[in-house]
Amino acid sequence: MSSRDTDWDGVRLHVVTGKGGTGKTTVAASLALALAAGGRKVLLVEVEGRQGIAQVFDLPPLPYEERKIAVAPGGGDVYALAIDPEEAMLDYLEMFYGLKRMGKALTRMGVVDFATTIAPGLRDVLVTGKTSEAVRRRDKAGRRVYDAIVMDAPPTGRITRFLNVTQEVAGLARVGPVKNHADLVRGVVASPETAVHFVSLLEEMPVQETLDGIAELHAAELPVGGIFINMVRPIGLPKDVLDAALKNHLDQAELALGLKAAGVVGGPDDASAIAQALAEEVTDHAHRMRLEKRERASLAKAGRPRYELPLLADGADLAGLYELAEAIRAQGAA
Amino acid sequence: MSKIAPVLDIDAILDDENTRIIVCCGSGGVGKTTTAAALGLRAAERGRSVVVLTVDPAKRLAQSMGLTELDNIPRRVKGVGSHRDSRGDSRGGSQGELHAMMLDMKRTFDEIIEAHADPERARQILTNPFYQSLSSSFSGTQEYMAMEKLGQLRRSGDWDLIIVDTPPSRSALDFLDAPERLGRFLDGRLIRILMAPAKVGGRSAFKLLNAGFGIVAGALTKVLGAQVLKDIQMFVSALDAVFGGFRQRAEQTYKLLQAPGTAFVVVATPERDAIREASYFVERLAEERMPLAGLVINRLHRSPAPALSAARSTAAAEDLESRGEHELASAVLRLHAGRMQLAAREQREQEHFTSAHPTVPIAHVPAMAEDVHDLDGLREIGELLAS
Repeated sequence: MSSRDTDWDGVRLHVVTGKGGTGKTTVAASLALALAAGGRKVLLVEVEGRQGIAQVFDLPPLPYEERKIAVAPGGGDVYALAIDPEEAMLDYLEMFYGLKRMGKALTRMGVVDFATTIAPGLRDVLVTGKTSEAVRRRDKAGRRVYDAIVMDAPPTGRITRFLNVTQEVAGLARVGPVKNHADLVRGVVASPETAVHFVSLLEEMPVQETLDGIAELHAAELPVGGIFINMVRPIGLPKDVLDAALKNHLDQAELALGLKAAGVVGGPDDASAIAQALAEEVTDHAHRMRLEKRERASLAKAGRPRYELPLLADGADLAGLYELAEAIRAQGAA
Repeated sequence: MSKIAPVLDIDAILDDENTRIIVCCGSGGVGKTTTAAALGLRAAERGRSVVVLTVDPAKRLAQSMGLTELDNIPRRVKGVGSHRDSRGDSRGGSQGELHAMMLDMKRTFDEIIEAHADPERARQILTNPFYQSLSSSFSGTQEYMAMEKLGQLRRSGDWDLIIVDTPPSRSALDFLDAPERLGRFLDGRLIRILMAPAKVGGRSAFKLLNAGFGIVAGALTKVLGAQVLKDIQMFVSALDAVFGGFRQRAEQTYKLLQAPGTAFVVVATPERDAIREASYFVERLAEERMPLAGLVINRLHRSPAPALSAARSTAAAEDLESRGEHELASAVLRLHAGRMQLAAREQREQEHFTSAHPTVPIAHVPAMAEDVHDLDGLREIGELLAS
């Protein structure tokens, strides 16, 4: 363990959710790098078969196997695992029942396909179960194999149902082995060692979904973590300029003079035309900043720790992940 | 050398009376539902009788169309007029209508069971705990039921244009796969194995099959528990009666999607992930021989001063800053440089798409400062889509 105090000391399973388009996978990957920094070992888990982790790290598709994919600043390791529900089911059969050969027969008969696609909740139990196993796993000396696990989880709209495994399998099994397994998984997911983080943008719909998701998790007594506000743009302009722009009072004559002084315009007509176009851009930006301020205030009402991650000029490439990891550490989230 | 994609002519699609179905698809969070609603409103105001089928829309968007509950009932949207757009085009005196509905997945499933099974069998299925979870939480059910509802609306003949937005799936392709997945299950060996004891009534007509069943049933009992297995068996034998109906309808809907009156509109934002997903989708639609109309790119950032490049802006801002003059201009030039960089990145993402799919027409919708809350907002998006 590092000696730094972070907001999530004691948390070993970080579940990252967010509305589609908010950059959930990018944030999960950066969080894994941030947690690994300084010599720790972190497993980044993918559960939806989208190969999103491979894409953000610019790697070929990941197999169902824990493999090292990145080195964190200061020498930690990030491992990744793309959980395939069918493989997880075979694992489960082998681990708990010693039914490895039977697993093959079951696959041929379509039982595994059935269990992982049709049977309600079973897929989620298998996936969260595999993750919980990694959280609990110890080596021969009794030490934890991973310091932390980060899960790139399903989107906000489905997260509570996904994690609320006992409820999920209730229709399938009120008693019996499936139920017992679900209860075991629930024990890990609902413990103080787990935190469910939300990724949001400063836009109306993602903010609303974040607030709804937090309320749902509370109702299901699952542990809510922090809010990662992604793709935050710098305010860029002084407040008085933004205020003036909102009232359409921006000093275009002064702007035109400045443009001329900078030598980016031709004659005076050109200067005032470009000044007008740029003023339009400033007004647009001012509206956007006002909206962002409102959405920031809405997120604050959730009363959870918030972290702001900058919009990456070149998109979320590998260098961008390290930049975000640094921002995550600087704000004490890892 | 920039690659120019053909322009997606939205009005030509909406005005063509042969267009009977528009399917909006794409990854989560790209604005599918908003696009579907905007297309619906525009088509109605250009004289067509339209129903928009949405799956789980954002609350305020639903309210903008007057929808308050998930009840499977198409409701007429108020405030739809005959419309004259900025170019003064109008489709004469013809008066269109817009209806909107939200999908109730469980009710749609129940209705299929009721339509295809006798009352006693229907009751057995509807009360089976296994069916109850399948109909409300199986991850493919929503996709399957959206397609089923689409088929029903089409057969009713009540609307001359149906616009559907696809569910927010794990992957954008799920809705194409769900019917097949359900079909594969219903036709699968597992089903036959589970059905076997019921069919042969205890006499081992097929020794091999029964021996196989014994082993599998033993393993399943061990893993699932006896009660679960019993529930599944009951469910499956009761469902046997409606299998044929399921298959047939899934195939009909699939053919409907391939028919010339259908237009797929793929929706994306100019971000790498969304564009990648859009590419997969375009390829998949081609594989399935589904008619693609084109790509809509939402939330595109543009600058009203495109001639002033990011590099020149930055250099000019640095120059002013070093001289300590014209603070306003230097700050505005910095802002503009950022905007131009963003626009350039978005342009590159779009060019990647166009070099892979040079014939796919594209329509753009610029980023708006605020989300859409009312019909005026939808109307504005419709106009931007068509311009």
